Amino acid sequence: MEKFIRHSGRVIPMNRANVDTDAIMPKQYLKCISRYGYGDWVFDSWRYLDPGDVDTPISQRRINPEFELNKPIYSSASVLLAQNNFGCGSSREHAVWGLRDYGIKVIIAPGFPDIFLNNCFANGLLPVRLEQQDVNRLFDLAESDHGLSITIDLDSQDLEFESQKINFKIDENSRQSLIKGYDSIEATLQQSKKIETFERRYFNQYSWLEVDLK
Amino acid sequence: MTKSLFDKIWDSHCVDTNENGTSLLYIDRHVVHEVTSAQAFEGLRAANRGPWRKGSILATPDHQVPTTQRNQGIAAISDGLARLQVKTLDENCNEHDILQFDLDDIRQGIVHVVGPEQGATLPGMTLVCGDSHTSTHGAFAALAQGIGTSEVEHVLATQCLIQKKPLSMRITVDGKLPSGSTAKDLILYIIGQVGMAGANGYVIEYAGTAIRELSMEGRMTVCNMSIEMGARAGFIGFDKTTESYLSGRPFAPRAALQQQALEHWLTLHSDKGASFDKEYIFNSDDITPHVTWGTSPEHVLPITGSVPTPSNLDETQRNQHERALEYMGLSAGMPLIGIPIDRVFVGSCTNGRIEDIRAVAALLDGKTIASTIKEAIVVPGSGLVKAQAEQEGLHEIILSAGFEWRHPGCSMCNAMNPDRLEAGERCASTSNRNFEGRQGTGGRTHLVSPVMAAAAAVSGHLTDARTLDQEE
Ligand code: SF4
Repeated sequence: MEKFIRHSGRVIPMNRANVDTDAIMPKQYLKCISRYGYGDWVFDSWRYLDPGDVDTPISQRRINPEFELNKPIYSSASVLLAQNNFGCGSSREHAVWGLRDYGIKVIIAPGFPDIFLNNCFANGLLPVRLEQQDVNRLFDLAESDHGLSITIDLDSQDLEFESQKINFKIDENSRQSLIKGYDSIEATLQQSKKIETFERRYFNQYSWLEVDLK
Repeated sequence: MTKSLFDKIWDSHCVDTNENGTSLLYIDRHVVHEVTSAQAFEGLRAANRGPWRKGSILATPDHQVPTTQRNQGIAAISDGLARLQVKTLDENCNEHDILQFDLDDIRQGIVHVVGPEQGATLPGMTLVCGDSHTSTHGAFAALAQGIGTSEVEHVLATQCLIQKKPLSMRITVDGKLPSGSTAKDLILYIIGQVGMAGANGYVIEYAGTAIRELSMEGRMTVCNMSIEMGARAGFIGFDKTTESYLSGRPFAPRAALQQQALEHWLTLHSDKGASFDKEYIFNSDDITPHVTWGTSPEHVLPITGSVPTPSNLDETQRNQHERALEYMGLSAGMPLIGIPIDRVFVGSCTNGRIEDIRAVAALLDGKTIASTIKEAIVVPGSGLVKAQAEQEGLHEIILSAGFEWRHPGCSMCNAMNPDRLEAGERCASTSNRNFEGRQGTGGRTHLVSPVMAAAAAVSGHLTDARTLDQEE
């Protein structure tokens, strides 16, 4: 996975709470069996005025000019600013694949649900949790006429903008894995011996759990 | 040392904890369905890895399977991409010699109905599935968590999950549920109180006499919707009810192993004095039949209430509230009873079990659905639930009331198969999410219990099942 150390980008304000993963990536796109190519469908039913499916040519879709992502001022923005509980609901990683493929690198909100957090980290996206008052401050700036550009430094865990700084904290393990961009399966497999030792002891104690499903 | 049930399960599965406080948690059972597994198996293949312990895995297709014309197997899936996905699951299971209940197997059904029904979900287990409603299995005193596809791949390859220990919450409901209230009303009420983000970062233990008195089916309904508050998992301690449900299930331990298991299972409850990071105590008297009015499960009220007015909310909440009313085509102050319904859906991993179908049949007996209902369907949670209901003759009551009797699958819960709402249609649904578009683009969902769904079908509008017979 690509390493994440520092990122600068424009902010898209999405002033909604409890944005669920059904809204981020609607069901019809969950039929695909690849990990990539979801960028055109992220927020599909808010972003377009007509319904779409996997095989609907994007050039034929009618854009909803009212939707945040479609406003020219936010085009090519890579930092999403949202309200509490962004990414709630279904565990579908397709939601994160969509955000990633669209070009989002960082999501800032007052809080995130756990499965969504894990899905972000697994795909090199940085979810940043800030106090509600700081989020409100960023909304004011991002929604102003000139918009907001921001720099996120994962080394110092700082957000920098308009000569201001906000410190944030993320789980240390997740921070390390983003900074190093490592393959977590490979890292766990390096502990195979430990897992095997655990299994021997475990199945000795709970023998009925060793039975294979057949 | 006093430990909570969560501490006990967590500690017994911790392979290792690193200096950041992050653990490797051993996983006993991995349940797999077609929608979130293809990319994980593909990842394994690309890295030249195989499953760590294939005997721990149970697979079944559920999300996109058709609920009609099932005799044609995979070929009956009209959507080419959906068909490919179900076929891919089939191929992956064959390649790795993983147990799969395929479309032709009577044991096929919704993952969270099938696992418990087979005794593949056992007390004290850690269980994962690439699906947020995995919390359902917590009814068996198991730590059951929904995960994303990358984590599915990680568990396939290593049998472990990388995780920091979540916080713990206990929700106690004492007393007796009022007559006419069900497990669904109980959990809808709790979600209304705790809120949609109220349990982010937590696992929930449900306790108290009202919980204890629930059947296993009811307990699964409660644990199922834990994720609607953001919880990582929801569970209930082991007791006689758990024990008798499991007895004789195909994958439950037998004979000497059963005795050993039982000894361990009897320890699977929170010790007296165990501590929790957060506690809620609710009174069962408040738990009357509930229904959602908006686009989040926390938008919920007693059926006797009215659509709320957003006046005393902050700006973000007010916006959300107004959006919800607009999407739902409702206005503040409208009584919930009387809101007209177009379709009725009974099913899903929340309410697709035998007890739910019995409740629906009991209400429908001798009645017919309103002529204004476009479609009312009962979709059993598994082939075995369907067979059991048919053996009891429930399908005849359901069919003669005017409902359709379908084959098992997720169906209109998330509308990935052809069962869905058209834009603007309103549905009384026993499923778990009323998000915008969940049951079909533009569709409007009211979450209710099975009896309340059946009552809405008979009346043609949302109604109080307790007083249905007094309606003219
Ligand atoms: S029934 Fe609904 S909630 Fe349950 S697994 Fe299927 S789609 Fe998910």
